[in-house]
Amino acid sequence: MKKKTLSSRDATIALGERIGRQLVAGDVLVLDGDLGAGKTTFTKGLAKGLDIPDLIKSPTFTIIREYQDGRLPLYHMDAYRLESGGAEDLGLEEYFDSDGVSVVEWAEFVEDELPDDFLAIHFKRTDDEGTRILEFEPHGTHFTKLVEDVVA
Amino acid sequence: MAERTLILAFETSCDETSVAVVENGTKILSNVVATQIDSHQRFGGVVPEVASRHHIEWITRCVDQSLEEAGVGYGDIAAVAVTYGPGLVGSLLVGVTAAKVVAWAHHLPLIPVNHMAGHLYAARYVGEFMYPQMALLVSGGHTELVYMPKEHEYEIIGETRDDAAGEAYDKIGRVLGVNYPAGKTIDEWAAQGHDTFHFPRAMEKEANYDFSFSGLKSAFINTVHNADQRGEQLNKYDLAASFQQSVVDVLAEKTMRALDRYPVKQLILAGGVAANHGLRTRLDHDMAKYHPEVGMLQAPLKLCGDNAAMIGAAGYVDYQHGDHAGMDLNAVPGLMFKRMEVK
Repeated sequence: MKKKTLSSRDATIALGERIGRQLVAGDVLVLDGDLGAGKTTFTKGLAKGLDIPDLIKSPTFTIIREYQDGRLPLYHMDAYRLESGGAEDLGLEEYFDSDGVSVVEWAEFVEDELPDDFLAIHFKRTDDEGTRILEFEPHGTHFTKLVEDVVA
Repeated sequence: MAERTLILAFETSCDETSVAVVENGTKILSNVVATQIDSHQRFGGVVPEVASRHHIEWITRCVDQSLEEAGVGYGDIAAVAVTYGPGLVGSLLVGVTAAKVVAWAHHLPLIPVNHMAGHLYAARYVGEFMYPQMALLVSGGHTELVYMPKEHEYEIIGETRDDAAGEAYDKIGRVLGVNYPAGKTIDEWAAQGHDTFHFPRAMEKEANYDFSFSGLKSAFINTVHNADQRGEQLNKYDLAASFQQSVVDVLAEKTMRALDRYPVKQLILAGGVAANHGLRTRLDHDMAKYHPEVGMLQAPLKLCGDNAAMIGAAGYVDYQHGDHAGMDLNAVPGLMFKRMEVK
């Protein structure tokens, strides 16, 4: 699995932006890692790469936040509150199969709804407070290539 | 007999299914909230955290009960008000659809209400509103400073850039093993501890009215995580007190600064986190010290969480301003007051 060590918040945003520039409609990214591991920060970068001007705020409470003003729509989802079920009622597959890019945090609670091809990124905190290790797990050729291109 | 205008109000934006009957926007005749009904005895079963189908199961019972408690029938109702955003789309749609059905069947005007305006109007049950007005709206999904130059006009002058305050409570609560929603327990623990950890106060000194709680959340988690690795057990009361002090410091300081910049007649505190005792006490203190000229209304504890009575109060004002929706009203999950750029 490809790994990348990021030493700051800015580096996390920059990588998100680089990946965001490569994304196409229908792409699904799955981010996992502890609370505070940088998933939302990464998504802020990704939104920049999609030319989305809005502030990317945590989607935890509303589960899905939609951003329509970029190069592609961004659907930012957080399944954190779906631990005890309810995912199947939300119609997530309609987002995954849409004209936009879906980013899913805490996807283990919606595993059954995920498409075949997606990019999983695992965020790991380190003992150094600012440093994060990201592991890339592409599913499908599109994402395998994307990881090779972007994650040098 | 004095003229009375009764609003039948619906609120289903998130976890709570609620229907209320409100008289003249100031008097609650009934306010049925599904999670607070004696659900186990009466209907058997609990409303799960998230699932629109459960709103569907509850909504008609809530309507019946709210009319019954108010002692009125559909013929007494002047208009139907409903939260159409922000919130979960599936949940919102249940309320919007139910409200449409009632409005259509009984030839009543349909009033779309912004959920955040609703939170603000929970404070209307405490006293009359005066303008210009500032509101600190803090909940699980929102942290906003809203300026109202006059009735029915809302401008966001500051908001969270990442997590909402209530969400930060829930997330650190999880680290401490406190069940969702964690705010009440953390508030109680905080009262028994001291600020010994001195967590960061994000953006406290920055010259804007925005908030950020993501850094605090990370600092808190790192502290607990590092202690775990050393095999050390930290005092949960001190952790809670330190966390809460950081949240309350930032909320109170930014609010005081907003009041320096915007002379208002009144400050409103509302939203789920407005039930936090630490925050209420702190604002009482700071307002008396820094802005004794400004009145303050804090939403009543019982109306801080989501409920339809607050939607009825806001809906009454919207009704008087002529806000009517057609049968094509849709849920707007990302609905927001407009953002004002401030210096």
